[in-house]
Amino acid sequence: MSEYNFAYLDEQTKRMIRRAILKGLAVPGYQVPFASREMPMPYGWGTGGVQVSAATLTPEDTFKVIDQGADDTTNAVSIRKFFENTAGVAVTEETEKATVIQTRHRIPEAELTEDQILVYQVPIPEPLRFLEPRETETRKMHSLEEYGLMHVKLYEDISQHGDIATSYAYPVMVQDRYVMDPSPIPKFDNPKLEMSAIQLFGAGREQRIYAVPPHTKVVSLDFEDYPFEATKADHACDLCGAENSYLDEVILDDAGNRMFVCSDTDYCRSRRAAGHVGRLGTEDAA
Amino acid sequence: MTPLLQVKGIEKHYGARIGCKDVSFDLYPGEVMGIVGESGSGKSTLLNCLAGHLDSDAGQVIFDTRADGPVDTLQMSEPERRMLGRTDWAFVHQHARDGLRMSVSAGGNIGERLMAVGDRHYGDIRDKAIDWLGRVEIAESRVDDRPTAFSGGMQQRLQIARNLVTGPRLVFMDEPTGGLDVSVQARLLDLLRGLVREMGLSAIIVTHDLAVVRLLADRLMVMKDGHVVEAGLTDQVLDDPQHAYTQLLVSSVLQV
Repeated sequence: MSEYNFAYLDEQTKRMIRRAILKGLAVPGYQVPFASREMPMPYGWGTGGVQVSAATLTPEDTFKVIDQGADDTTNAVSIRKFFENTAGVAVTEETEKATVIQTRHRIPEAELTEDQILVYQVPIPEPLRFLEPRETETRKMHSLEEYGLMHVKLYEDISQHGDIATSYAYPVMVQDRYVMDPSPIPKFDNPKLEMSAIQLFGAGREQRIYAVPPHTKVVSLDFEDYPFEATKADHACDLCGAENSYLDEVILDDAGNRMFVCSDTDYCRSRRAAGHVGRLGTEDAA
Repeated sequence: MTPLLQVKGIEKHYGARIGCKDVSFDLYPGEVMGIVGESGSGKSTLLNCLAGHLDSDAGQVIFDTRADGPVDTLQMSEPERRMLGRTDWAFVHQHARDGLRMSVSAGGNIGERLMAVGDRHYGDIRDKAIDWLGRVEIAESRVDDRPTAFSGGMQQRLQIARNLVTGPRLVFMDEPTGGLDVSVQARLLDLLRGLVREMGLSAIIVTHDLAVVRLLADRLMVMKDGHVVEAGLTDQVLDDPQHAYTQLLVSSVLQV
């Protein structure tokens, strides 16, 4: 064990964050201000998510971190190591075995259970921010449920691109009350926001925490004649053959060859281990 | 007939200085009221107090609402007042930039009020936006252009369309023709006069341009140093001014 207090933050700070989390859970979708701390990493690397994870973790937890669905990118590896060092918790790459999952830009493909907590890293928690720069005004709009402006953004999308071109950070209405930014997850993941696990959102620089309790109603905003559509690349995974997972496009050479692979690396790995093979996959790849 | 708007003893102080004091009048449906006066006479303060943008220190602004009849808007809760502000009321700013979303297309600007009151059908919203662009003489092809690409006169007309799309009954206008050249002003006035007559709008127009009130207003209030010094029918006040300041104001207009 290290010289750090469990999970790096001091106990008072964790209590303060837990209070914000509880308030967020009590008012689904409402952005609770909290006194975000300096973390030993730059803003934009997930300082909000790290603080929420630190306040949520217990010594018995098993921790998993994904970045764009992958367990092995710099960001995910660094945060996982951070909590390995400071909290001494068990870590895993397998979605099913984790009890706390910190994520950036994705929801895991495997369905989460009520024993799990999903912690999102959020860069800009305010869904109305790019339409209304004044914080005083956006708070008032939330408190008075004045959400016409959110549809102006979708209107602009359709008028410029022919359909709703917003493909990530797609705004949702939580339990018929608050419009919420689900963090920059692809809109493919939006239907999964109604899940059995607890979802916590932390924005470190913006000092906001919000939450979606299990089985909360989450509706993606749309127009009657342009309904919401969860989109993905029209391919199967080239490694594991999955047809229903969100895909990354990988350019292979200068001759225009490319491959599509599951962005959720754990999902792809477990499928290949179970014997599924895609177009470019090989039997012994896993 | 019930007045659409009854203003009783509106008063606003900026510290020890008077913004406006003891302003009372009734406005009937379909009537246009002009407020004139020199800079700093309290015209805009009064208008902002009436529209609820500024808190008044005393007085009542009683509006004849569709649902509940006459209600003092200053005592309304904020959600009610804001709802009124995007349904039955409209506010046309002097500078179109204050009233428009400059980073949103013309169609989106017009559609905002519709979406704010719950319209959720893209096709309908767009049809209404195009219809209103036509009514304020902007070509349909400009519907997806941003207001930044519009001339000053077009921006002002777009602002008017954006405000009138929900069919308000009362429009507040703060120097709607300020900063426009005279030929554009004339066309804008023509357009406004047509819309006011056609939709049966009531309006309160603040201006320092006597020609604007001569053309648009049925009645006129003259303000000086925060007080109303003269009020009456527009032609009566302009042709036979009684108060010394009104006489000065009328005689200051250059006859070309």
